[in-house]
Amino acid sequence: MMVRVELPAHLRALAHVKGEVSVEVTGTVSILSVLDAVEKKYPMLEGTIRDHGTRARRPFLRFFACSEDWSHDPLDKPLPEEIASGKEPLLVVGAIAGG
Amino acid sequence: MSGVRVLVGTKKGAFILTSDGKREKWDVSGPHFAGWEMYHLKGSPADPNRIYASQTSGWFGQIIQRSDDGGKTWFQPGTPAGESTTAPDGSPKGESNKFVYNTSANGGAPLTTHQFYDGSQHPWEFKRVWHLEPSLSDPDTVYAGVEDAALFISKNGGKTWDELSGLRGHGTGPQWQPGAGGMCLHTILLDPANKGRIFIAISAAGAFRSDDDGKNWKPINKGLKSQYIPNPEAEVGHCVHRIAQAKQKPNLLYMQKHWDVMRSFDAGDSWTEVSGNLPTDFGFVIDVHAHEPETIYVVPIKSDGEHYPPDGKLRVYRSTTGGNEWEELTKGLPQSNCFVNVLRDAMAVDSLDRCGVYFGTTGGQVYCSADAGDTWAPIVRDLPAVYSVEVQTLA
Repeated sequence: MMVRVELPAHLRALAHVKGEVSVEVTGTVSILSVLDAVEKKYPMLEGTIRDHGTRARRPFLRFFACSEDWSHDPLDKPLPEEIASGKEPLLVVGAIAGG
Repeated sequence: MSGVRVLVGTKKGAFILTSDGKREKWDVSGPHFAGWEMYHLKGSPADPNRIYASQTSGWFGQIIQRSDDGGKTWFQPGTPAGESTTAPDGSPKGESNKFVYNTSANGGAPLTTHQFYDGSQHPWEFKRVWHLEPSLSDPDTVYAGVEDAALFISKNGGKTWDELSGLRGHGTGPQWQPGAGGMCLHTILLDPANKGRIFIAISAAGAFRSDDDGKNWKPINKGLKSQYIPNPEAEVGHCVHRIAQAKQKPNLLYMQKHWDVMRSFDAGDSWTEVSGNLPTDFGFVIDVHAHEPETIYVVPIKSDGEHYPPDGKLRVYRSTTGGNEWEELTKGLPQSNCFVNVLRDAMAVDSLDRCGVYFGTTGGQVYCSADAGDTWAPIVRDLPAVYSVEVQTLA
């Protein structure tokens, strides 16, 4: 499956990309499998979305799918078909905090 | 012709200020890494074009950047721009951002707890790199002081990092506690005269020394007195803000503590207060003249509750006697309505003759004195809050 992912501007700069990225995901399309694919294609992002040691989501980042907040759902829960099919992007969003 | 390159880390990016030896006209480049917190940048003494930078964010964590051309271009050492993102062995190259405490049975130390603000015990958690200290002789070797306090080393130009866990495993960790900025290892001094000797300082644990390249450590806090800990003369727990070394006399150290300016003649084995006639002995920075080991500089700050200069006057104080007797330096500095702070890594000296002294403020000014402090002029006035200032003297 080719999954679309929208990253925050700072992470796009680190990955040397502009706009959305697309990653190939095999098997179940979940936040876990999408992040694995993102980090495999853009390893300079390792540690920026998930902590290097614990692999936990960084607390100031959230995951939105089809206008729903998936930040606290199990990471291996299948994402909606619209995400898996590439119709909609998975959004990685920086929390509105600080300046 | 000689020149200087000033590396400035700010709350919203990095800036590089360059000038010739006169230090009157400046070129400013930046912001580099716009929008990111740049805690520290420092050049290699062995290769001035090699610069390491700590880029960090509360959102995205820790990034290490490196330049091999004096700050013109940058890359993550594990993932150079335009190169394959996979190493020949198939492993990913994102390792340069990875700081994981070494808890292995083979040379590591268990992940224990430290004291939290409320006195309870709190697990060690990596947050960011505060300070990068390149080796004096090898451009590919660099040390990193991190929060929560620990010391890391890279021997491959910042591509991968390993903890020197003897410090965190020293055994006094449960008595270490965070200062207001976090429990950070903020000072690393590599002794130019004694191979293998490293000094570090942690807020709030104190100063430590290793004589074997960082394998074993001893607290060097005898003589410090801190009223904010149960035993004011405890072995550890002191909020050391900064230490500086006189390069010509490597056993001569100076310290700006939370309160008190201190001096040691014996590589930190004992300390004596030298606050003398300072208007307040609270502050963050301290540095030593490049050629005169008894000439030192501090910027007194009113108090731990009021982080700005006394009376709204920004004054550097200089002692030419290794402390105790201080003179105020004000020419060119604002003497009214100035309420900025000067953070612990935000003062540096060059090695030109006369010695240049530099410092940055939380108001975004970077000041330079090309005459050892007699007069000052701003290089820039309106940067984001300055976190760190380092200077390279270029041939």
